[in-house]
Amino acid sequence: MTSDQGIQFTPEGKLKHFLTIEGLSKSLLTEILEVAESFASVSEQQVKKFPLLRGKTIINLFFENSTRTRTTFDLAATRLSADVLNMDISTSATSKGETLLDTIHNLEAMHIDMFVVRHAVSGAAHFIAQHVAPNISVINAGDGQHAHPTQAMLDMFTIRRFKKDFSQLKVAIVGDILHSRVARSQIQALNILGVLAVHVIAPKTLLPAQAESLGVKVFYDMKQGLEGVDVIIMLRLQKERMTGALLPTESEYYKCYGLTEEKLEFAKQDAIVMHPGPINRGVEIASEVADGMKSVILKQVSYGIAVRMAIMSMTMQATGNRE
Amino acid sequence: MINRLNIQGLLDQLEQALKKTITDRGIENPVMIGIHTGGVWIAQKMHERLNIKEPLGLLDISFYRDDFSQIGVNPKVKPSQLPIDIEGRDIILIDDVFYTGRTIRAALNEIFDYGRPKQVVLGVLLERNGRQIPMKPDCVGETITLPPGQRIKLTGPENLAIHVETIEKAA
Repeated sequence: MTSDQGIQFTPEGKLKHFLTIEGLSKSLLTEILEVAESFASVSEQQVKKFPLLRGKTIINLFFENSTRTRTTFDLAATRLSADVLNMDISTSATSKGETLLDTIHNLEAMHIDMFVVRHAVSGAAHFIAQHVAPNISVINAGDGQHAHPTQAMLDMFTIRRFKKDFSQLKVAIVGDILHSRVARSQIQALNILGVLAVHVIAPKTLLPAQAESLGVKVFYDMKQGLEGVDVIIMLRLQKERMTGALLPTESEYYKCYGLTEEKLEFAKQDAIVMHPGPINRGVEIASEVADGMKSVILKQVSYGIAVRMAIMSMTMQATGNRE
Repeated sequence: MINRLNIQGLLDQLEQALKKTITDRGIENPVMIGIHTGGVWIAQKMHERLNIKEPLGLLDISFYRDDFSQIGVNPKVKPSQLPIDIEGRDIILIDDVFYTGRTIRAALNEIFDYGRPKQVVLGVLLERNGRQIPMKPDCVGETITLPPGQRIKLTGPENLAIHVETIEKAA
């Protein structure tokens, strides 16, 4: 294990920060999924709040906007009885010229226990984890084009709920692989959990150089790429990519890579359709598919809470031991 | 030290103790709740023997434990099933062994998150030494004293049996 990944663990080997999927073991990912399973099963109870993190203070530090991710982190923390403070940093101190570290140290001085960080710069969560006081856990809620590990874990949880055994699965990820932190984390998680194959389907301009080195099979054509897959993960096409001359037009993209009912036919009959959201109807996915029988997109959102509860309680457990 | 304890005798004594408390306190139509897992097995027996009408409730208190940061999150937590509105009800809470009292504290916290019962009666098959917080069962099958390094183990639910075993030292 390199020191970069080692930062995620305490000297006793417990998960302390959750920054990237890279370097994590299959057994740890499985444990997270199982703890999340417990939280998912109790979330249908009349009382769905537990005192596990009572007295802990969590700050959602979002340097980049996100409604869904922040809301589910907020709910997850609240259901674990933690106190949560949402900070929209883009409109506060940093815009007055305060450095990232100064912001962090100021918040530390308020005796907080966890930072949930989203930042437009790759490596921001790592950087914060390296510099925070030893009793603080950091969870990466998306950093630049690098990683979005909790999203990947909730996707794995969703796949496991519907498909059980990873070892027999073919999973296709469609869309902007090049800029997607979600795709990067998903590919790592799928390979660690040992799926049969990961297909990535995208135009050349939206694929990283030597994409195969990530452990995937590359396809430029939906029909070939979707052939016989069990799971289809659609990625959001970020509008700003259109302006960068990486793509011709939205309608052209939809024609080639948008998931329509006709293209869905190429996959297995019992395939499920996933999307990390927010979805662009008629750009990467047809409304009939997004709202259709095979879509589990809204399930992903519900499971996101249980998965984040699992990761938060597991990382806090490690820091609790160090007191 | 007798390793294997007489489960039938213990169940009989707990049943008698519960009947007496129910009569003494004038309890009618109580709600019985078992604590996962051993407590549920005992509660199933008592629920049947005492002919309780309300369905049996189940509590998994893993997410309420105070030692969560030491023992870690238990990856196999079952959803608690409290069958009916417990507000104002007489609750009979059942566990297999009363030891430190922490499980019962956690269980009471969880029950009170669902409502405010009129009263809670605690029944356990065995009460052993080692209490750490000021709690005590109301009804017991038997009270025993164990030397350090020994614990009580219930196996079931088929062929329910209870015995004393020596704790293996962690490697």
